[in-house]
Amino acid sequence: MIAFLRTRRTALIPLLLLSPALLTMLFVVALPLGFSFYTSLTAYRLVRPETIEIFVGLRNYIRLLEDWEFWRVFGRTILFLAIALNVEFLLGLGIALLIAKITWGQRTLRTIMMFPMMFSPILVGFQFKFIFNDNIGILNNALQSLGLTDRAIPWLVDGRLAMFSIIFAEVWMSTSVFAILLLAGLFAMPRDPLEAAKVDGCNSWQVFRHITLPFIMPFAFIAMTIRSLDVARAYDIVHVMTGGGPAGRTELLWTLIARTGYMDARMGQANAMAYLSTLLSIAFTWYFYTKLMQARRYMGGVQ
Amino acid sequence: MSRTAIPVRTADRPLPRPPLKKRAQAFGLWLLTFLLMVIMCVPGLWVVLSAFRPNREILAKPPIWVPETLTLNNFAKIFGIGQDQVAIPVLAYFSNSLIIALTSTVIALIIGMSGGYAFARYRFRFKGGIFLGLMLFRAVPGIALSLPIFMVWSRLGLIDAKLGLIIVYISLNVPFTIWLIDGFFRQIPMSLSEAAQVDGCTRWQAFWKIEFPLARSGIAAAGVFAFLTSWNEYALASQLTRSTDSKTLPVGLMDFTAQFTIDWAGMCAMAVIIIVPALIMTFLVQKHLIAGLTFGGVKG
Repeated sequence: MIAFLRTRRTALIPLLLLSPALLTMLFVVALPLGFSFYTSLTAYRLVRPETIEIFVGLRNYIRLLEDWEFWRVFGRTILFLAIALNVEFLLGLGIALLIAKITWGQRTLRTIMMFPMMFSPILVGFQFKFIFNDNIGILNNALQSLGLTDRAIPWLVDGRLAMFSIIFAEVWMSTSVFAILLLAGLFAMPRDPLEAAKVDGCNSWQVFRHITLPFIMPFAFIAMTIRSLDVARAYDIVHVMTGGGPAGRTELLWTLIARTGYMDARMGQANAMAYLSTLLSIAFTWYFYTKLMQARRYMGGVQ
Repeated sequence: MSRTAIPVRTADRPLPRPPLKKRAQAFGLWLLTFLLMVIMCVPGLWVVLSAFRPNREILAKPPIWVPETLTLNNFAKIFGIGQDQVAIPVLAYFSNSLIIALTSTVIALIIGMSGGYAFARYRFRFKGGIFLGLMLFRAVPGIALSLPIFMVWSRLGLIDAKLGLIIVYISLNVPFTIWLIDGFFRQIPMSLSEAAQVDGCTRWQAFWKIEFPLARSGIAAAGVFAFLTSWNEYALASQLTRSTDSKTLPVGLMDFTAQFTIDWAGMCAMAVIIIVPALIMTFLVQKHLIAGLTFGGVKG
């Protein structure tokens, strides 16, 4: 009997230790999300509070499905994420390989690389708004002073260039997450397989492809998981740099939610969008987390 | 990879590489690194430099590359010192930011330590599922979460209150803190605390005397991460704050932008004020930060 009680007690301890975390998440995230879902089924408008009781079923979602503007923004968001994450991964990998090769000043380089990580996204946005400004920005000033162009390039005024500038800012902010983690992976890599492969006559591409890359992939997945947790930070950058303009050409899902919810005060509709964006983020995180777990099991099997 | 001088190889290939090619390679590497560092550093440094220049010089056409005058006026102005005052209460924003970030960090650390310890030291049902669940809650976009929180908080009177933001930031930080601290506790061999318990400590004592001191630097790193998240957050803060009672620095930064005019110099000065504390914090614990991120994740 006593033994039974003791096992019961030890089973309770972890739950007890976890309960503050679980309660916080329940009250500050789960319950509001539930409320958000309910609101997405109503015709709630901020300016008329009583509208929260008007139940409209799935009408907000159906309206979204039929709304071409929404799907264009949705597609742009996916494209934005695909481009940004891939560029960040490749650049990060390149930087990590580069720094691993350098023997002198490695620590300093690594420290400098952490620089963008501590920037608030709103600051990154402001910084690049300042740099890409067509009139006083350092980029146009430099291009004009060097005689590369005689007119000001409208970086943030032209739709395509504005999207490019935003992706540039996003990549600047987040590449270091990949670089730092991949570099840590390179440092943690055992030397023996590399040298064995070289003795066996592998060229450096083969060594990279079959030994280095598989070893550092788990580190890439950590970086991807961390990144997928906060992809929506791009909201801050877009909000400062272009505000979704010109003419909605840089509108992403998150800025559209803010516009619909707070500017147009159509809370019901905004919540429906927010729900879709939440599912999108969760799918991203889930996917990379599963990948990470697989890679971890694989590494555990090898060691 | 730099260790190429394996004897077998030199025996196979009697001719060493021409030194010129090697030197060119080394130079190329150096150039690439240099360019990279320029791209990484110049944007930030340009903002910092501009914070010390008068607006007139920033706006000059043709551009003035070498600063003619360096001045502290921009800082004096946003702090309201001197003749022409700008009505941006940076001091209030700064103290709001500090209070909110510190409080939420401390509470998130306590919750995270308790949760991280549970994940690192106990086996229980649905362990993996609970962990994944915590992560997925963290993935909810700030702006999406802000809608329901805005609605609920306005009913509870938590809009434009520091407490409202503190509660939100705690929940924002708990999952990641648990992830990091779990990783740090795992690195400490269980036998240490078991030995202490054999010697007569309770598990509680063993934790505070053995495991906590060993994980301390890691916990500090997790704390810095949490602090930076709160310090830098904008999407939620911009909707949940209204006035000097609760506005944080990132929200205050937007005060400088009007419909058609932007006070570039003032914004640059404000940017410096936001970045300096973050910079100091990160450099203090950078080593543990990297270790925590990688080994928390890779070693299961």
